Amino acid sequence: MLEGAGSIATRPKTTRVVSAHTSVLARLQEIWRSRELLLYLVRTEIKVKYKNSFLGLLWSMVSPSLTLAVYAMVFGVFLHNGMPEFVIYLFSGLLLWNFFSTGILTSTGVIVNNAGLVKKVSFPREILALAAVGSAGVFFFFQACVMVLFLVVLQWAPAWSLLYLVVVALIPTLVLACALGILLAAVNVYMRDTQHLVTVLVGSAWFWACPIVYTYQTVGPRLAQHGLAWLYFLNPMTVLVMTFQRTLYGRLTVRNTQPPHGVLPVLPHWPLSTYVWGDGIVLAFGLLLFYVAMVVFGRLAGNFAEEL
Amino acid sequence: MGTEAVQVEDVSKRFRLYHEKYTSLKERVIHAGRIPYEDLWALRDVSFDVHEGETVGILGRNGSGKSTLLKCICGVLQPTAGQVVVRGKLAGLLELGAGFQQELSGRENIYLNGSMLGLSKREVDRMFDDIVEFAELGQFIDNQVKFYSSGMYVRLGFAVAVNVDPDVLVIDEVLAVGDERFQRKCMERVKQFQREGRTILFVSHAPDLVRSLCDRAVVLADGEMVGMGTPGEAVRLFRERLLEAGDMLGAREAEVALDVSSEEAPALAEVGGGGGTEPPSGPAVSVLAGAPALPADPRVGGPIEEAASPGRALVSESRPVRLIEVSCVLPPGTARHYLLPGEPLTIRAVFESSRPVEGVVFQLDIRSDEGLGLFSTDSDVLGVRCDVQAGIGAFEFRLASVPLLDGAYDVNVGVQTQRGLSDWKEPACRFEVMNPGRATGTVAIPVDAGLVTAQVVAARAEGSVAS
Repeated sequence: MLEGAGSIATRPKTTRVVSAHTSVLARLQEIWRSRELLLYLVRTEIKVKYKNSFLGLLWSMVSPSLTLAVYAMVFGVFLHNGMPEFVIYLFSGLLLWNFFSTGILTSTGVIVNNAGLVKKVSFPREILALAAVGSAGVFFFFQACVMVLFLVVLQWAPAWSLLYLVVVALIPTLVLACALGILLAAVNVYMRDTQHLVTVLVGSAWFWACPIVYTYQTVGPRLAQHGLAWLYFLNPMTVLVMTFQRTLYGRLTVRNTQPPHGVLPVLPHWPLSTYVWGDGIVLAFGLLLFYVAMVVFGRLAGNFAEEL
Repeated sequence: MGTEAVQVEDVSKRFRLYHEKYTSLKERVIHAGRIPYEDLWALRDVSFDVHEGETVGILGRNGSGKSTLLKCICGVLQPTAGQVVVRGKLAGLLELGAGFQQELSGRENIYLNGSMLGLSKREVDRMFDDIVEFAELGQFIDNQVKFYSSGMYVRLGFAVAVNVDPDVLVIDEVLAVGDERFQRKCMERVKQFQREGRTILFVSHAPDLVRSLCDRAVVLADGEMVGMGTPGEAVRLFRERLLEAGDMLGAREAEVALDVSSEEAPALAEVGGGGGTEPPSGPAVSVLAGAPALPADPRVGGPIEEAASPGRALVSESRPVRLIEVSCVLPPGTARHYLLPGEPLTIRAVFESSRPVEGVVFQLDIRSDEGLGLFSTDSDVLGVRCDVQAGIGAFEFRLASVPLLDGAYDVNVGVQTQRGLSDWKEPACRFEVMNPGRATGTVAIPVDAGLVTAQVVAARAEGSVAS
């Protein structure tokens, strides 16, 4: 016993300060210290999501595949958009979009859904939102595997030399998703409408604002005629999605499969630096938003335990 | 020593109480900027330090802010102003149960909680068996937590908190649940923690528990820190505060003649609660709530007015001697309005007799707050013959020593003539005993203790045989 007493008195201890005015930097450090918890929560999030379901994790592949099949059928087969291997084009955009939207949608409800933890245990609450984005990242990985499978089966060669652009687009997406996730998770505690609002806005409006189902070339040039192309790029996801398509679909123009088999423009003839710059600007915007989100979250987090 | 495990620095916590709760966007927009609210300060400038290895109790009645304070210390809530500095790993049990994710099994929750306390998976692996064994969950460990009984829930929470090797343990009334055996086990573990030099913060409204466990205690009332000191001192402060609150309650009751609401009733029950550990049972509450048990005068020993006196005009032939006033008189020179164990006490009964009566017997009955008879006697037994004259007189029971521990005690006084009971007052007055020491229970028994060597035991055994 005495031995134990000595060790408890002398062992190293970390000091924690509970205060309403903790700087963003200090909170980021705390999040970093809790990274193991983050990993565990990602696992928990996935486990809880598919608990008691027969297909379990397979659902994370089944549901986007179904979406993919429906869009490919409607636009590729019924509406004859004439793009060869339209599925690949669709999937390359959808892959990134699913990561983004799943991350935001799950993180919005995450504080409310984990009320039992938030009310009783102290930990950096931002981690819950980050874990939701993290679990979306895991699903992204599974879907990416399916994507590879598609590429192999359909024998479609992506732009091998540009594969690094996948990472260049992925990082801003991650930052953006984390920023919005943290922001919306906090707001949702005080206004439960947020959850529904986000579902509607992200699920439909924002999705169709991105050139995922259609190509940039069907919209961009027309807007450019009126000098409004910038309007389209106010949507930060546009350039990110296009970067993915540039890499994975890898064609700027394709031969129309429909008669009279003309040239079908898909992506603008941008130099690669434009993609990198575009992604970079989105990243900068994402980081700014992340900071704002952290500040707002910090303000609101103090009363989570009471509001839930 | 010298190092502080927990420093609470000017902590204040404000809650906005909205008269209407608008959580939907539509309502927020409609009522934007003019949502009526009231500020409620659950805590105001609370400051104290907890030394390393110390056990500190936080005493306060319901709504005094003690749970809010604990939440701020645990970091679940952020204080509106001020800060809390915690050195070391803190494990807390807030309001009956740790934070569990309902959908996960007990096993997964143990890992989740462990990683929230900053433990690695391997570390949790090492303590996993201890936790399961302590929680006595057996095969249920793989069931989802949402199917657990409340007892299982609390057991698991406690088991995790005490097995994760915390530097600071925070317990909020959790010991009150679970069966008695588990409670004992928890207490045993808490004491082990004390021996190991861990810091414990302990919230309770059970003064007895605070007295027996804590080195020091903080008393909170209405969000403000009333004081901090030794357990005995803190319990006294706590009782005084409760009595004040009780008086206010009594006064309000008299004014508006309203029933004591269900929320206030337990508070009232605590006012007189000898130990405070027992749940306020129905009848005890109703008795206390029904009678204006507490005098308007904050002095405890004061007389209790008979609310609906039949009137002196009704003094009849069969009941010639009536009690006018009964009071508990503390030893002269005492500024306090409570007794220390073993102090003398005089109970003085002022009576009025309508005519000279021979052979009057005065009766005394002292009861604990739960109605347990502690001491009864009368002037006849004591061998005092009383022949009273017409008019006003007084009779005193002079108790040489009141060997009682903490609690409020009721004194009942009766007058009997040869023709029967002439008057009876129940309760005639009350007195309170505050125990500065650390013993708990009802009776103050003088005690001396020490280790005895085997030789002495043997010698004494022989001695007893010889005699």
